Amino acid sequence: MAKRNNRCLSEMKPGERFRIEKVAIPDAVLRRRLLDLGFVPGGEVEVGQRSPLGDPTAYYVCGTTIALRKEESNYIYGEKIGHD
Amino acid sequence: MINATYTIALMGNPNTGKSTLFNVLTGLRQHTGNWPGKTVTHAEGEFVYRGIAYRIVDLPGTYSLYSNSADEEVARDFLLFERPNITIVVVDATALERNLNLVLQVLEMTDRVIVAINLIDEAKKKGIRINTKKLATKLGVPVVPMSARNKEGIDELLKTVDAFVHGQLHPTPIAVPYSVEIEQSIAKLLPLVKEIVGDDYPARWVALRLLDGDTSLLSALNQQPPRLTKEEAPYACCGSVKSV
Ligand SMILES: Nc1nc2c(ncn2[C@@H]2O[C@H](COP(=O)(O)OP(=O)(O)OP(=O)(O)O)[C@@H](O)[C@H]2O)c(=O)[nH]1
Ligand SMILES: [Mg+2]
Repeated sequence: MAKRNNRCLSEMKPGERFRIEKVAIPDAVLRRRLLDLGFVPGGEVEVGQRSPLGDPTAYYVCGTTIALRKEESNYIYGEKIGHD
Repeated sequence: MINATYTIALMGNPNTGKSTLFNVLTGLRQHTGNWPGKTVTHAEGEFVYRGIAYRIVDLPGTYSLYSNSADEEVARDFLLFERPNITIVVVDATALERNLNLVLQVLEMTDRVIVAINLIDEAKKKGIRINTKKLATKLGVPVVPMSARNKEGIDELLKTVDAFVHGQLHPTPIAVPYSVEIEQSIAKLLPLVKEIVGDDYPARWVALRLLDGDTSLLSALNQQPPRLTKEEAPYACCGSVKSV
């Protein structure tokens, strides 16, 4: 079960909601940056619009919209919230 | 040009109304907003309240002090090297959780902090109510609700500034506790750090940065002459606001 729910933020579609479990980015500075932007374990994210080219994607987190590229959202793990 | 007695720094996340507050306090007009050309380095101005002259510095908006962006280094270095008498952290009432990250980081560096909860008008519209008294007790520093754009809460903010410089406030900032392992390392480092930096820099904070391997801080410290005179200050010449 846990395995099935463990997804990447980058796989989520616009409108979906996601609960962060782990920010597993190897680059320490980038990891710090993501945490400071509000991508913290336990936090909830709503997926917003994808840019026309498919990257970056807007995410609504902690009351603000933040755009992330795939090379960042690929490392944010967690589960989809709601209707399964 | 007034010969200001005290320096106030304005900090906060991007777009929380720092420049709007700066303009209200100084009566100067500065471009504010979301478009490119927002606060890049910083702007300076002066104002007088109850017979005391203040220099106020509008720093760039940042979510953090540790992600090594140029804006963050400007803000961090200002706190560290210019040691403002008061730092006003302007936070967005509609996104407190996000904004408190920076507040806690600033409280680790200095206890001379006022938290200004701005955009309180927006929060009211959204049905968000903030218990400022409770927040002040938890953070251990004064918390003032305001709406810079509507010029509400400005007087209470200035009264708090006045009380601060008259030594009537005794801040007891919340100390963020770390894991046992980190706290033990801090305890080991503290006496050594104190020996080197003395009272010039916040010792616990420097110890934490060392443990964090913060190379940008180390290079900033290395470049810094022990105590700056105003003329040598790297910011003295840049970003000053001219009246229009
Ligand atoms: N509703 C409302 N809007 C405000 C208030 N204070 C500022 N604003 C608006 O918020 C926007 C951003 O204000 P600024 O003063 O530029 O914010 P800043 O913190 O200086 O932004 P950066 O320098 O980019 O970090 C502007 O459109 C202001 O008019 C307020 O109290 N209420
Ligand atoms: Mg500004």
